Amino acid sequence: MSDGKSFSPSRRSFLTASAAAGGALASGKLVHAQAAPDPAIIDPQPWRQYLGPGVDNAPYGMPSPYETEAVRRTVPWLTADQVSSINFTPLHELDGIITPNGICFERHHGGAAEIDPAEHRLMINGLVDTPMVFTMEDIMRFPRENHVYFLECAANTGMEWAGAQLNGCQFTHGMIHNVQYTGVPLRLLLEEAGVQTNGRWLLAEGADAAGMTRSIPMEKALDDCLVAFKMNGEALRVEQGYPLRLVVPGWEGNMWIKWLRRLEVGDEPWHHREETSKYTDLLEDGDARRFTWVMDAKSVITNPSPQAPITHGPGPMVLTGVAWSGRGTIPRVDVTLDGGRNWHQARMSGPSLDKSMHRFYYEFDWDGSPLLLQSRAIDSTGYVQPTKEQLREFRGENSIYHNNGIQTWYVNENGEAENVEVG
Amino acid sequence: SREGGFGLGRPALPEEVAAWDWDVRPDGVGLPVGEGDVWTGEELFVDYCSACHGDFGEAVGRWPVLAGGAGTLTYEDPTKTIGSYWPYLSTVVDYVHRAMPYGQAESLSPDETYAIVAYLLYLNNVVDDDFVLNQDTFHDVEMPNADGFFMDDRDETEVVAWTREPCMTDCTEGEVEITMRATILDVTPEEDEEEASA
Repeated sequence: MSDGKSFSPSRRSFLTASAAAGGALASGKLVHAQAAPDPAIIDPQPWRQYLGPGVDNAPYGMPSPYETEAVRRTVPWLTADQVSSINFTPLHELDGIITPNGICFERHHGGAAEIDPAEHRLMINGLVDTPMVFTMEDIMRFPRENHVYFLECAANTGMEWAGAQLNGCQFTHGMIHNVQYTGVPLRLLLEEAGVQTNGRWLLAEGADAAGMTRSIPMEKALDDCLVAFKMNGEALRVEQGYPLRLVVPGWEGNMWIKWLRRLEVGDEPWHHREETSKYTDLLEDGDARRFTWVMDAKSVITNPSPQAPITHGPGPMVLTGVAWSGRGTIPRVDVTLDGGRNWHQARMSGPSLDKSMHRFYYEFDWDGSPLLLQSRAIDSTGYVQPTKEQLREFRGENSIYHNNGIQTWYVNENGEAENVEVG
Repeated sequence: SREGGFGLGRPALPEEVAAWDWDVRPDGVGLPVGEGDVWTGEELFVDYCSACHGDFGEAVGRWPVLAGGAGTLTYEDPTKTIGSYWPYLSTVVDYVHRAMPYGQAESLSPDETYAIVAYLLYLNNVVDDDFVLNQDTFHDVEMPNADGFFMDDRDETEVVAWTREPCMTDCTEGEVEITMRATILDVTPEEDEEEASA
């Protein structure tokens, strides 16, 4: 496997070959005639001749060694250190709607706590009939549910408020992942303790060194929140809250408390650091919105994009991207090639689930001229994703969080893409 | 739901609840027993906090600024600090006690916490240098930006404005122009740079 240069199929030759086959079928003539026999076909291939690794080679497998680009990346200058910090999901390398566990973005405030599940406890206290303690073993005995939800950091796209800054959808839109959670409805755990009638708020607290806390209204807690222990079928990753995390569908990622150790019922919100100093949205007049929980409808074209240029030249091409809304599903995404002058309805493909990512495609023949690409999500409530200008009219440029404005990629004649703003 | 519950888990003991439940609310519920003054707070701050936050809360490098910034919230680059932005004193007590110093959380006693918070209030010109913070004087402190926040109103403002059938053809007057480019700023990490630091 190590001698890559002798038999590595080049991405370019693969794409050229498929384009030729597709063109021949569509038009009845060869678009690219092959001058000489293709060595990838006529030379003997090692993987055809020699045996590959056996089944005991990788008890927990990793992606092909050729897939080196689908990795989390960080932007060092964004934060003071790499412990209370953020990294980004490589959206431009993914397809479908499910994010693989190993490349789900991370956001920690005190690093990723490494917890022995045998020593993990969940406490429920406050305005309850009986303060309770649960072990992981206890939690595994409650009825479970499975749901696919997106988790988007409130600060996703936050660096772009004042203009085009980072060059790649991984960096501008990658503080998001979309996985299937298995967990216990929070309601069932609260019922075990017995919430008192004046218990209108819930404080969720993490076991990490940041002691992360957020206030959640009881209505949401009893509606669709989960206490999850699995993601995409396996135990939560350490960096995603192992062994237990809160799932708060449609709401900003900060509230999805990881390493969840305590739930306190109260009659008022706590106004803790992460809902006063942080995760409040400063407007132009100096006042700030608080408790901006829901993540509004949003979309981004993942291919082409600055990290995923068009390498195959003019002709048939696939434009694809993702869309999501904290208020429901995404029945429709529109795409423009000319900066918003004319729009085309994209093709949705794959499951359409509540408060989950949706995959869209728009296939067209590229004539090789420059493009100004945008996507516009419309959610099941009829909310239309706004432009960045529309957002700034209401909020100014300093609210940091909740930037769901329409993204523009400029694609030049060579197929290279760039993060731009248009007017 | 199941009638009578599932009978899983066990009642929490009072000592267990006390060990984990020390959050503080704006009305003072949850405040620890103890007190601290500004000058004790200054000494503690220099020992435990100033390496990141600076001797006067002005911050080192990209670490958070804790003092100053009064009146800057409408500026192009606002300075959001305890004095200029935070609405509640309870949040300072709670957060310092719970999560600071960074990398050594849960190490400050209630007295130390009160003293450090008193010094932070002094740095922000919220109290005089003879101030002593405890459960009683907590209620005398008025935070400058206490009225600076309002409940999320997107539903009444933005959502209403943006819930309508969008334009599909000839939506702009003429050609669209590029007004800003990320490559001019050039702050995106390069692959080579990443590999070098990895």
